[in-house]
Amino acid sequence: MKLMGRKIYKGIVEAEAIVTHDGISFYGGVDPDTGKVVEVGHELEGHSITGKVLVFPTGKGSTVGSYTMYRMKKNNTAPVAIVNKEIDTIIAVGCIISEIPCVDKIDINNIKTGQKIIVNGSEGSVEVK
Amino acid sequence: MRLEQEEKDMLEGKYGKAAQKSMEILTALGEIFDAENMIDVYGVQIAGVSYANLGEAGLEFLTEMAEDGKVRVLTTLNPAGMDRENWQALGIDKEFAKNQNRAIDAFARMGIITTCSCTPYLIGNAPHYGQHIAWAESSAVCYSNSVIGARTNREGGPSALAAALTGKTPNYGYHLEKNRHGQVLVNINAPVKGTDEFGVLGKIIGDKLVELGKKIPYITGILLATVEELKSFCASVATYGGTALFHMENVTPEYNKYPKPTKIVFEINQNELDIARGELIDEDLEIDFVSIGCPHASIHEIANIAKLLDGKKVKKEFWITTARPTKRIADEVGYSKIIEDAGAKFAADTCCVVAPIKGRFKGIMVDSAKACYYGRAKNKFKVKIGSIEECVEEAIK
Repeated sequence: MKLMGRKIYKGIVEAEAIVTHDGISFYGGVDPDTGKVVEVGHELEGHSITGKVLVFPTGKGSTVGSYTMYRMKKNNTAPVAIVNKEIDTIIAVGCIISEIPCVDKIDINNIKTGQKIIVNGSEGSVEVK
Repeated sequence: MRLEQEEKDMLEGKYGKAAQKSMEILTALGEIFDAENMIDVYGVQIAGVSYANLGEAGLEFLTEMAEDGKVRVLTTLNPAGMDRENWQALGIDKEFAKNQNRAIDAFARMGIITTCSCTPYLIGNAPHYGQHIAWAESSAVCYSNSVIGARTNREGGPSALAAALTGKTPNYGYHLEKNRHGQVLVNINAPVKGTDEFGVLGKIIGDKLVELGKKIPYITGILLATVEELKSFCASVATYGGTALFHMENVTPEYNKYPKPTKIVFEINQNELDIARGELIDEDLEIDFVSIGCPHASIHEIANIAKLLDGKKVKKEFWITTARPTKRIADEVGYSKIIEDAGAKFAADTCCVVAPIKGRFKGIMVDSAKACYYGRAKNKFKVKIGSIEECVEEAIK
């Protein structure tokens, strides 16, 4: 199944999806050293997002979150791609400065955790295998 | 999005790596928010300066951008995590100071004026009515849009830096007149006076806007307001309501440019002001810290503090947070000596919100509703709001 959305940052990646229906705040909500979600009560609390395609509705929290994403990329703890329902400025800027392929305007109900998916940030598509 | 040749060249890397990365950020934001084109900005205010907020991550990014990045427009900085000259006396540790200076040095290499203040409009980064700018710092965004009538969106650290390194910003949001109309009519039926009271008013309006899901209030009933009262109001309404623009009848320059909203109306009476003030005073309070200057104190406020402290001695930790250029004026006029002889301390370049002082004090007294919010949320202090006179009274008690 191929889902068409909007390109935010270029690049093509195939990896396993990790899906949440909660918003994500990278500043304070994710540990940049371990790659784990640490926000108390978050659907993904305790789960690692490293090396996965992180699928979530939208970003939240401080604009410093863009810098946290950049740090994760440098630490090799970042997700390899991001898929959003509706992108916000923090995540968009984070993907651009960290060079993480990103697509939004995707109905994320079509993607389940553990599925192999191909994110094409250059044309703005997501393929669920 | 339509790009001019120069903008395309930046995107292709002809102006270097930092300009390319910046243009990538700006075009992506432009696409996301349906901007038709880029516009030139007169000036930029950058947030994300305190090392406590940046961390190594932000610092690495800045260092990379500083390799070949140079600002193309007037650009100033938000407060840092410490007073750059007086950090030791204010209890900041050496490691933090070292890292904070690395961040400020990276900004300086890009040609940014490292003023470290949240009130750029008081110290030379002063746009005029109608000019397009790209500012971060929510209180300054609100001030420039509303009080000056300049035009900016609420930028974050990286997008403001990108605007500085290219001189451009995507043309959407508050840059367009169609998005600057008042949405909610707020009638004030009580006298409002002093920085503390304007902060209380900002909290009431901000809370109400969040409840309504609206952003732009049109306020009536304020007959006259000072720069200091307006900067306090801006900081508060931006903190509690995420507001970037308001109109105030007979006070702000655009109030009669757009129609007065009529559909959503709410009234503020003395009772609402009293209740909101009560919400900014914690119970079981033990005040051991007094701080004035959120947003940064003006020379007028410092003159007032000097008058109140003349010949007195403070018995509690008392900070006056301000921009370094303002502090220099206070030095020359002699206000600083009076204030320091009384035992109060200047904390220039920083403030009680961004300095790493979490848990250092039990209770803080301030004249700012914004400082109350962050004093509680970020630094875990109990808080009390009062006028500048009451703050000084508390400090010498």
